[in-house]
Amino acid sequence: MSDPNYDDPAAAKARRGRNILLALSLVAFVVIVFVITLVKKSGG
Amino acid sequence: MIDQALPAAVPVRAGAATWRDYVDLLKPRVMSLVVLTAVTGLVCARTPMNPVLAFVAILCITLGAGGSAALNMGYDGDIDALMRRTRGRAVPAGRIQRSDAMGLGIALSLFSVVIMGLAINVLSAALLAFTIFFYSVVYTRWLKRRTVQNIVIGGLAGALPPLVGWAAASGTLPANAWLLVAIIFVWTPPHFWALSLYTSEDYAKAGVPMMPVVKGAASTRRQILLYSLVLIPLCIAPAFTGLGGVAYLIASAGGGVVFLVLAVRLAASQAGEKTGERTRDGALYDVKAASKSARNLFAFSILYLFLIFGVLLGEHVLGAAPLALLR
Repeated sequence: MSDPNYDDPAAAKARRGRNILLALSLVAFVVIVFVITLVKKSGG
Repeated sequence: MIDQALPAAVPVRAGAATWRDYVDLLKPRVMSLVVLTAVTGLVCARTPMNPVLAFVAILCITLGAGGSAALNMGYDGDIDALMRRTRGRAVPAGRIQRSDAMGLGIALSLFSVVIMGLAINVLSAALLAFTIFFYSVVYTRWLKRRTVQNIVIGGLAGALPPLVGWAAASGTLPANAWLLVAIIFVWTPPHFWALSLYTSEDYAKAGVPMMPVVKGAASTRRQILLYSLVLIPLCIAPAFTGLGGVAYLIASAGGGVVFLVLAVRLAASQAGEKTGERTRDGALYDVKAASKSARNLFAFSILYLFLIFGVLLGEHVLGAAPLALLR
């Protein structure tokens, strides 16, 4: 890693927060597509 | 195009971007107004809709607004750094790269339009794509830095969410849907110019040709009054077109009177004039006494739009509209 702040605790905490947000967004995306598919298949 | 509610002082914070910075990139306060107006359009269409699909439609409109906001923030990072109101944002402060902001904006825009098209209908997806394009390209890139009519024309982008919501529910674009668009479109100039009257020094520094910078404060105050005189009848009109009910008539007319009183007071004031009066150092929104009438109208304009769309929505949810007695 060339980022000099990579091991900085504040930077690590911020990175962890961003990663959690990204993970939640991806899960939400999958859930949305799944639910839309169910609704469409049931004629909604 | 709908601006944020009265912002608090924002110190410039360097360092790594947090998840909150990315959320702020989507202008969540603007999104709240987009959600309200889009939901109102969707509900006023009076077309039965699967609740899940209705939620997806509103989600797409919201994320589309967020995507275009991120594109705007990415592109405007250079001038945002010059203005006190915006210099604390993540892009000008260096916490988020402009390219990252734009990448997020493009991703959200594509997601919202594609899902809208696949899950709802092509008309609402096309309107949403047009809205995003109009805000992030026509307004942000072409108009904002070039013409004094930037927010007048660009205001169309902020005015379209109720039309997108209506189209999502019914697949049609009737006159009443366009009436909601017209209300927000005419509301935008007095709202935004009131703000720019007490932030014109920032806009001048950044080279943004806002009305007070180019035409002067007196001309801006006059035009705010003229737009307000057109706006209030427009806001009351839905009560007589089968859209609003008694509560809407009372809210739009009562709030409209207050709006006009504030606009008249502003027109008679010295708001935006260079009085030599100084704000306290470091006080970001310490408005000069002469400009308080501008701040009052700016704050009330937000409340008024929330009020009339909230009442209209409430009436339709409760089944209290239209105003049968007066038709």
